[in-house]
Amino acid sequence: MAFAIEIASWAFIILGSFFAIVGMLGLLRMPELFTRMHAASVMETLGAGFLILGMLLQAGMSLVAFKLLFILGLFLLTAPVVTHALAQAALHEAVRPMLSEDRRPAGAGDSQGKEKGREP
Amino acid sequence: MMFATAAVALIIALGLAIIRAIKGPTVFDRVLAGNCVGTLAILLLAVIGFLTGRPEFLDVGLTYGLLNLVGSLAVLKFFRHGDLAYDAGKEPTS
Repeated sequence: MAFAIEIASWAFIILGSFFAIVGMLGLLRMPELFTRMHAASVMETLGAGFLILGMLLQAGMSLVAFKLLFILGLFLLTAPVVTHALAQAALHEAVRPMLSEDRRPAGAGDSQGKEKGREP
Repeated sequence: MMFATAAVALIIALGLAIIRAIKGPTVFDRVLAGNCVGTLAILLLAVIGFLTGRPEFLDVGLTYGLLNLVGSLAVLKFFRHGDLAYDAGKEPTS
């Protein structure tokens, strides 16, 4: 039983480390702000979730496990709030998402600031 | 061994986030990278707590998480309204 818990803990922690690195690689490599936010949320949900799950298995039933669950809940509640505020502030500052085609009705689009925040 | 692996992975991820925070063309990229650095720092604190057998570090992580939320929202509100004391009743619908 202890061996099974050890194996599961290893698996969760390796998965969590993988998703943390992949998320931050995406943050570095994605072309513009909105896709970067998507990559960052991979780290904040899957990476943090799996890592905390792995630590939870090591902690057992204790106050430490409760604190870990509280940290996980904090992540799951605050990450969408910050992402939403960030997207709203960025749209307000005329940072526009990169689109393959413009599906808005004619005349609704504003060309101003369309290329803002794009890396050459 | 398990937690050492996780700590190394988290330090690599922290380095990538810091590179984005330095490079970021707009201020929002920097805020996003700063928020990610905060999240990774909390995870690193928890992992190091388990690595050294002192899980009391989790309390520091909890405090840092709450401060991270307030800090990010304050910076975003400042850049959106140019003022931290903006009247919420006159919120523009953008």
